[in-house]
Amino acid sequence: MTALLHVDNISKRFGGFVALDGIEIEVAPGERLGLIGPNGSGKSTLVNCICGTLQNETGTVRFEGQALDGLAAHQRTRRGLARSFQLPRPFHSVTLADNLRIPLLYTVRAREGMLHAHSDLEARCHELLDTVGLLPKAGRMPRDLTQVEMRKLELARAMAAEPKLLIADESMAGLSHSEIDDILALLVRLNERGVTIILIEHIMSAVMSFSQRLAVLVSGRKIADGPPKDVVRDPEVVRAYLGQ
Amino acid sequence: MNTATFSIITAAVGLAVMALFHWLSVDYAYFAGYTILQFIVLATAWNILGGYCGYVNFGTAAFFAIGAYSSVFWYKFHPLPIPLLIVLGAVVSGIVGLGTGYLTLRLRGAFFSIATLAMAVVFQTLVVNWDFVGGSRGAYIIHPENFELAGLKVHYIEYLFALMLLLAVIALATARTIERSRLGYGFATIRDDELAAEACGVPTLRLKLIATTLSGAFMGMAGAPFPYYIGYLQPQSAFALDYAVNSIAMPMIGGTTTWVGPLVGSILLGSAQQYATVTISSAVNLLIVGLMLVAFVIIAPNGLIGLVKESLRARRRS
Repeated sequence: MTALLHVDNISKRFGGFVALDGIEIEVAPGERLGLIGPNGSGKSTLVNCICGTLQNETGTVRFEGQALDGLAAHQRTRRGLARSFQLPRPFHSVTLADNLRIPLLYTVRAREGMLHAHSDLEARCHELLDTVGLLPKAGRMPRDLTQVEMRKLELARAMAAEPKLLIADESMAGLSHSEIDDILALLVRLNERGVTIILIEHIMSAVMSFSQRLAVLVSGRKIADGPPKDVVRDPEVVRAYLGQ
Repeated sequence: MNTATFSIITAAVGLAVMALFHWLSVDYAYFAGYTILQFIVLATAWNILGGYCGYVNFGTAAFFAIGAYSSVFWYKFHPLPIPLLIVLGAVVSGIVGLGTGYLTLRLRGAFFSIATLAMAVVFQTLVVNWDFVGGSRGAYIIHPENFELAGLKVHYIEYLFALMLLLAVIALATARTIERSRLGYGFATIRDDELAAEACGVPTLRLKLIATTLSGAFMGMAGAPFPYYIGYLQPQSAFALDYAVNSIAMPMIGGTTTWVGPLVGSILLGSAQQYATVTISSAVNLLIVGLMLVAFVIIAPNGLIGLVKESLRARRRS
């Protein structure tokens, strides 16, 4: 089967600093990939290059076999590439329901090229809020939310775009064990519905239980890629994390 | 309420005011009313970019003056009826808005505002040096005493007032329609977080260009009949700082997130200015604007509408 996402030899530098150096990653449809690496190893830069927030200098990102070079972030989202942000970035001036209505209006509707009935849209917003347990707060503003709820909203908003590939960028940092389990369960359910997921995370227990495959970035290079159990025993990975 | 109903109701309110003025038969009422209506259009236009998208434009005067000077140009070249001049003014200012958008929208915050201010200076310099439209001497526009159409004969100022009333209705109906549409949601995401907006599939650059074009076009519309109203147009009055300051202050005082804000702000501030002009002096105008702006920034940072919404929400919770 061809890869859903093919990151082909991507490099990115900021001035003299090489953030990404010839990254090569393939993700198969329906896969759950974990992406780990120490702080500053280039994980978020990679996400930004994949999603079009940053433009990579060399290499190509292919999604469903098509090169995404030069496409703006919103065009990539419309093709089915959604992301959540490391720090939640809700739309502050609108309600939770409207936060989800926006991706519905701008991706799902744009993609299908037809006008959803108002009631359809409303129902879909509520369904999504219900999935993440925020339905009772549909009419509230993002500032009324707790940190966990904010992260759930962030995920729900990424889900609203009905992506084929979801990149969850550290959506669990700072959460308690039960909260992490909540979000993991959410992601697994989503994956079972056919959404491919890349999980970027520092919390190893979460990454290990979630991922079918694990890739490790260190200083802008991929140093390991394979079954999670093997990767964490890889001497190079251990050295990167624990030092010598 | 759909847009048609809304427009009819707004127009009816305006016509009622007009009938009152007609009954009073005081020309000054029309002069004052025209200015307030003009500010409703300008404030609403500013709010489409400044309030909905969060891009603070200091160049209102430039768009307004472009509308006004396009009328002066046609007056010198080949006089046309004012409704047509309004359309032409809108087209020219809209194009300038689009161009400004392309050049400046990669800037954010204060940098964008400074660029719009600079643009106003550039256009003023161009007009000052363009002899055909009067240059720094200014241009006289002489309108007939009465406006006649199909046997109907009214004072020219009544005609101008009616036109501006129509523009105000169109501007308000447009702003209200935007607010409730997909476009309005898109604008709100630009105001809140452009990066997240892109991630949600919102084409931010295209939306911002729509906003600058619409906003510029409405400002140009407001400016087009101005030479006929004032009779003598010079660059200093067309590019006056008052327009920029007022069209920022009015939405701020009323509230920037809905179409009601600029309307309320314009009526409030516009009336206060007219009152001060008559009773004290026209120089007090900007002082009033300044004081009210300071007061509102402290007491009600989200404007009057924000204040009302907050108190309603507080009451619902208690």
